[in-house]
Formats: sequence, structure tokens, C-alpha cells
Amino acid sequence: MTDLLTTIITSPVAKKAGVPQPTPLRRYEPGAPVCEGPVLVTGTGPYAAQLREWAGQLGLGLAVAPVEGAGTADPTAGATSLNAPNEKVGAIVVDLSDATDPGDLAVLRTVAPSVKRLRPNGRVVVVGTDPAGLSDPAHVATQRALEGFVRSLGKELRAGATANHVLVRGEAWDGLRSAVEFFLSGRSAYVDGQVVRVNDAGGANSDILRPLEGKVALVTGAARGIGAEIAAVLARDGATIVAVDVPAAGESLARVANEIRGTALHLDVTSPDAGARMLEHTRSRYGRLDIVVHNAGITRDKLFVNMDESRWDSVLQVNLRSILRMNEAILRDDGLGEGGRMVCLASIAGIAGNRGQTNYGASKAGVIGLVTSTAAQVRDRGITVNAVAPGFIETDMTARIPFATREIGRRMNSLQQGGLPRDVAEAIAWLVQPGAAAVTGQVVRVCGQSLLGA
Amino acid sequence: MPQTSPRPPRRAAILGGNRIPFARAQGAYAKASNQDLLTATLDGLVARFGLAGERMGEVAAGAVLKHSRDFNLTRECVLGSRLDPHTPAYDVQQACGTGLEAAILVSNKIALGQIECGVAGGTDTASDAPIAVSEGLRETLLELNRAKSLPDRLKALTGLRPGDVLPAIPQNVEPRTGLSMGEHMALTTTEWGITRQEQDELAAASHQHLAAAYERGFFDDLVTPYLGLTRDDNLRADSTVEKLATLKTVFGKGDGATMTAGNSTPLTDGASAVLLASDEWATAHGLTPLAWLVDAETAAVDYVHGAEGLLMAPAYAVPRLLARNGLTLQDFDLYEIHEAFAATVLTVLKAWDDPTYCRERLGLDAPLGSIDRGRINVTGSSLATGHPFAATGGRIVATLAKLLHEQKQQDPERTVRGLISICAAGGQGVTAILEA
Repeated sequence: MTDLLTTIITSPVAKKAGVPQPTPLRRYEPGAPVCEGPVLVTGTGPYAAQLREWAGQLGLGLAVAPVEGAGTADPTAGATSLNAPNEKVGAIVVDLSDATDPGDLAVLRTVAPSVKRLRPNGRVVVVGTDPAGLSDPAHVATQRALEGFVRSLGKELRAGATANHVLVRGEAWDGLRSAVEFFLSGRSAYVDGQVVRVNDAGGANSDILRPLEGKVALVTGAARGIGAEIAAVLARDGATIVAVDVPAAGESLARVANEIRGTALHLDVTSPDAGARMLEHTRSRYGRLDIVVHNAGITRDKLFVNMDESRWDSVLQVNLRSILRMNEAILRDDGLGEGGRMVCLASIAGIAGNRGQTNYGASKAGVIGLVTSTAAQVRDRGITVNAVAPGFIETDMTARIPFATREIGRRMNSLQQGGLPRDVAEAIAWLVQPGAAAVTGQVVRVCGQSLLGA
Repeated sequence: MPQTSPRPPRRAAILGGNRIPFARAQGAYAKASNQDLLTATLDGLVARFGLAGERMGEVAAGAVLKHSRDFNLTRECVLGSRLDPHTPAYDVQQACGTGLEAAILVSNKIALGQIECGVAGGTDTASDAPIAVSEGLRETLLELNRAKSLPDRLKALTGLRPGDVLPAIPQNVEPRTGLSMGEHMALTTTEWGITRQEQDELAAASHQHLAAAYERGFFDDLVTPYLGLTRDDNLRADSTVEKLATLKTVFGKGDGATMTAGNSTPLTDGASAVLLASDEWATAHGLTPLAWLVDAETAAVDYVHGAEGLLMAPAYAVPRLLARNGLTLQDFDLYEIHEAFAATVLTVLKAWDDPTYCRERLGLDAPLGSIDRGRINVTGSSLATGHPFAATGGRIVATLAKLLHEQKQQDPERTVRGLISICAAGGQGVTAILEA
């Protein structure tokens, strides 16, 4: 994947010459601490105490914010005081879900000295209340202001650190805990400047190391690239995998399936009976289906005015129509059951648009529509449906982009680097956890806070 | 102590199969070995059925063209595959009957309760063929090895003749007659008066049937692509009798010759594997049997002295198989008759329908009769797929099992039955009955 030019601009010489060098991102390792400590939990919101207790249970170590005029007594036993010189903080969680007036936002400013002490690959997570459930203009404005703060802070943070925003609606402790854990952990390495809403659905992972133990997951487009990585990561987290791809990709599909002791199912997602055959396969082999990842997708780029019918049709058929049709079978009463999880692959092109990708952009925006509406339809059945929208991910596909274009795409984000297929897979692996029951109808971008799109 | 009582036999289920696309020799698989081909095929089967890390009762497979280093070919393939390395394996070799014979062996062990599951397969490469040293060089080298002193060694070397340095390349020739299989078939073809037109019709149908089967996705769960090949590259979907009629004859002599490269199978590389198991094992693994291998019969003819055609053994095996099972030749929904040559299929069909032949050679009171031609090789056979010798049996077993399963689903109340007939070098023929 590395060519000569890439080698040159990432060399020590280039570094000396002032070419900005990306920080290696901290990625999830099963069994490792969720993040580096200590963690500063602050804010006036109702969840701060619970979050502090939870971080303590995880053994992360708590921090106390530096205070003007040092020497103040330490209110929490065993906590690290950031008053001490050279003391660093691994993560900062601010709960302002109770803020109702713009004046309440001043609390954010007290966090600034701690942000200065954030470690490389550090984390900032701001907790708010979903403005969609509020009506008072000052209240809505205050809560909405948090989003602007987080997105801007994300662009200021350096050295692999990220800022993300969790919005709660109702008694959402389980969902909040799950989302905060995701944002603190290496699973969210390439997720930056994002907003995730959590509802009041309850759920917890029973096995921390293998949260998907006992689950059967079906991944389409699994023969290579991001799909193969999704299959591998879900398997690592305990799921049994049915790897699906077109018959022509069978050789690499077999390799993927055998590596993780899953099964290979050769079918074209656009065939009318694809959904029924997937259900039949998983039910007969494993007696159940818990997780579906609609990853299969194609690009057939051409400027709109030169776009022929086959490019347009094939992209819309594979990327959008096939999911709608498969879901008719998968979401039947005898399909995905209580606790079921579905994730669709959207794209930054479906949010921000992309030159030469009118067909692809349309299909991926369509996927987002499909996800939000389907999520509402199946919420009562305990099934969640979410989208993950990758930005610039280092794959065979992006390796073929000409050097200059690729280097711009790679660096035009807050983390100043491309993501890995694994980063996309980790976000999906979180969304399909039992503990993520409160997250549905969301679009999580895995784009390093790309300058493109929202 | 009481004697252990024998277990009653049970039926062996065919759960499915996997093969790689067959490639014409010196083509896509030119640089792949038998071990490469069979290992890839096993791994494809493992992926389809989720068998990674699974200990199978046994794997039986083989190759016809075999290097001396491949003395334990199948076991080596198992060790290179994703199967549990505790899976035992052995090699089978019965010329073109290898694949089917392997399936019979595995199914018999399942039927006897000795194993619960097994894989039968075969592989052959005409591209990566073994080349041996000449007999003269080999004898000289062995003599050299036995020699103890320098003079003895020099003496051994004096036995070497210039011609001895030429390598011995394997040939498709019967050792006892010196005739190639095609030349043998040409004798039988002439004897039975099989016309060029009939042969070309059968060849064209084979290609058209195979192409149609690929088009309807029939092979999606039977074939795993390999080295960039997604379909058998011998397949000519646009094959017609008219095109085949323009080819020159290659076997037989003079104006009476009828056999061409179009109505004979080409040298081919490929491998196949079939998953067999007891019904209990299938249920425990969430797998649905496609069909059951109910009986088999192998015959051999004396083509050296007995005035019988080299490839006529199936003509003898089938009536014995039918009699044992109380069936007539017409009691089958589908027939898979290996197309070594188009004329092979046509001859055996004619023989079964010939009162004199059936009486005098097969010892039958009445001829077996004719077969509905629309039930023979309905998804094409070796003329279209090509014929990697030991891989053909596995291809046919898995294909027929799936075809029977499809028919059974249309008519669940009825027993659906298929007949397999495969001729082999050395005057042998392996036949079997599958039911669903």
C-alpha cells in the first residue's frame, strides 16, 4: 500500500523538513485498559457521579481538575490532582446534560487547563441532552451549543486525541455508559467530532472480553477489505460468522471464513432470494441469527453527465435496493429476533457528496434514510439498526487513487491520517454489542473528523 | 464373554461437495501441483460447511498422475488444510474411477458405523505431470548406489547409454496394448457403428447444459474459484453441432474415423471433494442431506485378450447393480454417464439396448432397454467440464446429489433416484446408485 512518494513524505527527513507526521492511533486490544488514566469526570449533570464510580470500577484512576491558586484539598481519595506539575490526564468526561441556559456552558471553560494536559490519544467526551426532546428555546440552544463546542474542540486537539458527544434521552444510563466506553476506548480510534444519541433501552455486556459470545453474525461483502475485517473483529469478540460474498469471490471468501472458523455463503446480494437464503443458512446451521452487517457495496464512478445506465443501476441495486429487499426477509417475525442488531455501511459520500459519485452518493444517502426509518419500525422488537459511514480508509481501493489526491484525502481530517478497515470494524463491533441496545437509528462516522461533511 | 453383535448398516448421506473450476492443461493451473489443487478444494469445502478445526472420520482421495514424492498426498493435503490435523487420510487410485471409488469407500465406512463423517475426493494435473528418469538411467543409478568401491562405481557408470538420459514422460497409454485410450475407444466406436453426428450432438449438448447450469447459479454452492478461474475454461457455451463438425478427427484411421478433439475430453487440471456423513452427524451439524449413496458396483473387462472394449466395464457393472437392488434401467430419474468420449456414452447406451450383446456378453434374458436421453448428464459432463481423471467422480457425485435434492423438493413424497457410471483405464468401470 505504500509507494515511494508515501515513503518519502513519512520519512524522518520529511519530518525535519516540517511535513506534519500523523500520530500512531491507540487501537483496541482485548483485555487492555479502556483508556489511559487518569480520567477527569466533571460537570454539573446528574450522570457525573455514576460515571466517576464506573471509571473507578474499570480501574482507570480518577483525576481532579487543577484549580486556580493551587493547594486546595483533594476531595476524592486516591485521585490524581492535576495541580501537580507535569501531571497528565488520559480522558476528560464532562456531563452538562442538565444545562438549560447558555450561562451554564461556562463550566466548559474550567476544563481548559486539563485539556492542555491531555495525553497523546487522549479523549474528551461531552454528555448532553438530546435537543430533539426539548422545547424551550434557551434550553434547546444551550444543549445544541455543546455540539458546536465538541466539533470545534475536535479540530483543535492534537496527537491522536478526539472529542465526541453523547446525547441522552430519558433514563439512559446503560446507553450512556456504553457510548462513553466506546469513545474512551481504542475502538473509536478514528471516530472524532461525532454525536451519538442514546435512548432509555437497557442492556449490558455479560462478557467483557468476548461481548458477542454466542451470537451469530452475517456479514455481506466479506471476501476482502472492510468486510473481511468486520468478520474478523466480530469473530474476535466472540461471534460465529457467516461470511457472504458473490460466488466469483469464493476463493478469498473461503480464506476469510476458515480463518475465523465461520462458514462461507456464496450468493449475490441482488438476487431476489438472497435474504431468504441467508436466513435459511443461518437457521439451519446455527439455529439463530443475531447480527446482520450490510457491508457489500460497489463503486462505478463517472461524472453525472457521462453516467451510463449500467453504472447508475448497478450501484443503486447493490448498495441500496438489495438491502431493502433482503430486509424484507431478515426483519420478518421469524428473522432477526429480540436483541437483534443490524448495521449498514453508509459513506461520507452519502453525507457530503463526492465528485464523480452521484450514483454512489445517492445510494449511500439512501442507506442513511433506510437506517433511520427501519430503526423506528423495529425498535419495539428490541432490534437496533445503525449506519457506519467510513471516511478515508486505507484499502486496496484508496491505494489506487493518484498520489496527490490520495494524500489530500488522507490528511484532510482532524487526525491527519487515513483510517484502517479495522477502525470501521470496531465501530460496528460496538454497535452490535448487547450493551449498545440504546443506540439505534444513528449514523456513526469513522472519518477522523473529515473536513468533508458535517 | 458374549460376542459383540454387529451393528445394522445405515445409509451414508451426501451433504454436498466442492470443486475448483476445471482448467485445460497448461492453462490457469499450469504451475499448481496436485497438492495445491486438492488443498484448495478441501479448504473450499471446509468454508462452505464450517468445518475449520473439525476432526473428520477420514479423508480418502487420490490422483492418477502422481509424483513419487506424493506418496501420502491426501494426508499432506489434510495437514495443509483447515481441517483438524487429527483427521486421518489415505490415497486411493483406480484411474478415472478414483473419485467415485473414494466416495464408495467413505460411504461404506459410514454405513458400517466405523466413522460418522468423511470427505472423498480426487485431484489431477496433466500440467504438473511427473517426469521420471529413463529405466536405463534409473538402473544405473541404483547400481551406482550399491557399488562399494571406486572401480565398482566406474563399472556401474559404463552401463549408461546415451538414450538413457532422455526423461520418461507419462503417456495416456495402456501398458498392455500400447494403444492410447482414444485409440482403444476408436476401435469400440467403429465396432458399434457410432456416427460422427451422434457424437457431436452429445458433445454440443454437454456444453449447452453446463453453460445453462452455470447461468442459473446451479454451481454457486458446488464450485469455489481458484487462481482467478471462476468457471471451467473448457466450456464453450456457444458450441454447436455445426461447429463441432468442422473439427479434424484425432483418433481412429481413415475415412471411418469419427472422434475429434471436440467429442473427446481434453487433458485437464482440477480437484473435487464430497462431504459424506451419517444422518445423525448431519443433524448435529445443522446440515441437510442432499442424497444418499445406497449401493455401488465395480466391474472389469478383459480388454487385452477378451475382445471387449477398454471402456465397456460399466456395461457389466450396471446390470449386476440393478439385479441386486431389484431395479430396472428405467427406474432412475437421472443418469450421470461419464463422457470420457462422446462415443463411450453412446456405446454403452447401445449395448444395454442390444438383445444379442445383453444375452451373450452380459448373460441377461432380455436387454436392459433404452434410457430417456433427456435424463442423462442434464448439467453437462466431462466433454464440457474437462476431465481431471481422479476429480471427475467427486464432481459427478456432488452434482447428481444436488440435482436429486432439487427434484425431491418438487415431489417430496417420491424416492428420487440417480445412476452414476464411470469408465476407467485398465478396463474397469465404477457405478453407483444415489437416492433422495
